Amino acid sequence: MKTMTPEKIAELEEIARQLRVDSLTLIHQRGAGHPGGALSAAEIMAALYFHVLRIDPTNPAWEQRDRFILSKGHASAVLYSALTRRGFFPFSELDHWGELDCPHQGHPERLKTPGVEMTSGILGHGVALGAGLALAARLNKLTYQTYVMLGDGECQAGIVWEGAVTSAKYRLANLTVIVDNNDVQLDGFVHDVMPMEPLAGKWSACGWHVIEVNGHLVRQIVEALELAQEMHDGPTVILAHTTKGKGVSFMENQSYWHGNVPNKEQLLQALAELGEVANG
Amino acid sequence: MADISMREAYGRALAELGAVNSRVVALDVDTSMSTLSHYFAQRFPERFFNIGIAEPGMVDVAAGLALCGQVPFINGFAALLALRALEQIRTCVCYARTNVKIAASYAGVSDFKDGATHYAITDLANLRALPGMTVIVPADAAEAAAWVPLVADYDGPVYLRLSRAGALPIHPAGSFLQVGKGRILRTGSDLTLVATGAMVGRCVLAAEQLSAQGIQARLVEIHTLKPLDSELLLEAAEETGALVTAEEHNIIGGLGSAVAEVLAEGCPVPLERIGIRDRFCPTGRDLDTLMDTCGLSVDAVVSAAKRVLERK
Repeated sequence: MKTMTPEKIAELEEIARQLRVDSLTLIHQRGAGHPGGALSAAEIMAALYFHVLRIDPTNPAWEQRDRFILSKGHASAVLYSALTRRGFFPFSELDHWGELDCPHQGHPERLKTPGVEMTSGILGHGVALGAGLALAARLNKLTYQTYVMLGDGECQAGIVWEGAVTSAKYRLANLTVIVDNNDVQLDGFVHDVMPMEPLAGKWSACGWHVIEVNGHLVRQIVEALELAQEMHDGPTVILAHTTKGKGVSFMENQSYWHGNVPNKEQLLQALAELGEVANG
Repeated sequence: MADISMREAYGRALAELGAVNSRVVALDVDTSMSTLSHYFAQRFPERFFNIGIAEPGMVDVAAGLALCGQVPFINGFAALLALRALEQIRTCVCYARTNVKIAASYAGVSDFKDGATHYAITDLANLRALPGMTVIVPADAAEAAAWVPLVADYDGPVYLRLSRAGALPIHPAGSFLQVGKGRILRTGSDLTLVATGAMVGRCVLAAEQLSAQGIQARLVEIHTLKPLDSELLLEAAEETGALVTAEEHNIIGGLGSAVAEVLAEGCPVPLERIGIRDRFCPTGRDLDTLMDTCGLSVDAVVSAAKRVLERK
């Protein structure tokens, strides 16, 4: 395992904070987007894109690159924020996000945005897609890892479990799923809309290694991702317990902020809470 | 190949393709003994993935494989691929433009013993409406086999519609095939029969009957429903002045609709359409009788030809 120094942890925490600031700013500018699930995933994205994933922004098609699929594609703001901060494309392109001539779509599209591994947006696809990528690595004798991020509400989709049992059947140790387990979906709490607990038991019963972490602690996330690589006999799921809207008091645990856009005043308050000095 | 079914010809061809193209992989949904992808599975077990009864999951696994350069042929029943897995095909194959080949077996009413649940009579409409999809319908066993390597080499998603059964043999092995190019199988100037799939053979017989009655019908095979050979169809409309379409599919959304769209915009001549008249068809004892019952008989084509001539 790579050593996580206090400095590295602080660096990833700062990146996560920046991803939150960027996500909310972009959603506000565009007048559309999904803030809640972008905020809950910020530490996971920071850990993946700035510590774990073997990727090369100057060569997005590098054959050996690790693959990441944002199955919960509505959190595109945090993915675009991570990709641009990682150097896949200039941040200025996102000034035009939402305009007709902007290459970056509302939900991720692989043919338009460098670094987007797979088109997503309709929920449920990621696990089965990831299984395909993991099988391809085996066939082609490539050592890349495949990572997929799901929402916990997304786990209500039956196709998630088609992908889960397929991954277990083929013992895809090179596949890791991270569930952004924030217990909030569009219509309310996951535990009200359609309870999925015990979620760990469901994955375990499908033949997966299950690791549970606090999804806002980068050390726990990184250690879980590294532990997953040590599992050689099957796929691993990391249940990352998170707070929807994390970091912004009036957004936390509110399903309203699944897909609503902060106005100027709300944005400024949010940025202030995130420690960002407003510049007008 | 007169004596083998379309699925048999396909299954053998897929296994042969596997021997010359190591990028080809095959997936199935617990139907490999029916689709006959098991010929491939037997020879290349490391490149065959049985996903269980899960068509949507199979599409996505195949899309993932395609992202890394594999050429996946996914196998299953057309009714399930075109309906249960349609969203996956739209999003992860067409929109994401992954190089997935959909071998849709048991199409039309060819699974005559199982009935309407297993018939695929809307698949051409479903798939034709997807941007980025290429839709191919072989007319007989030899043609089904011939498409397999061409489909593998074709860059992009393909829906290859296969019958469980045989079909009247039309094509000698090795006859020329090109995606998007229809074929004139018989010349004639009184009207044009436009057929796809198993109805091509029936239209050959219809054209012979018409000829015996002094009516010379041109016969055009449209194996590629999309992209459609509009040029060939408009030429037929201009030169013969009347068309009859014939397909083993619902009358809504398939070949007849596609031809009507072309004619309406380019050369509006009288058109009659032979197909299933927007209903669920019953089970049958044999396919030929069932197809006759479903309005797909040779006589139905002949009658339509006479009707359309009266409208010229």
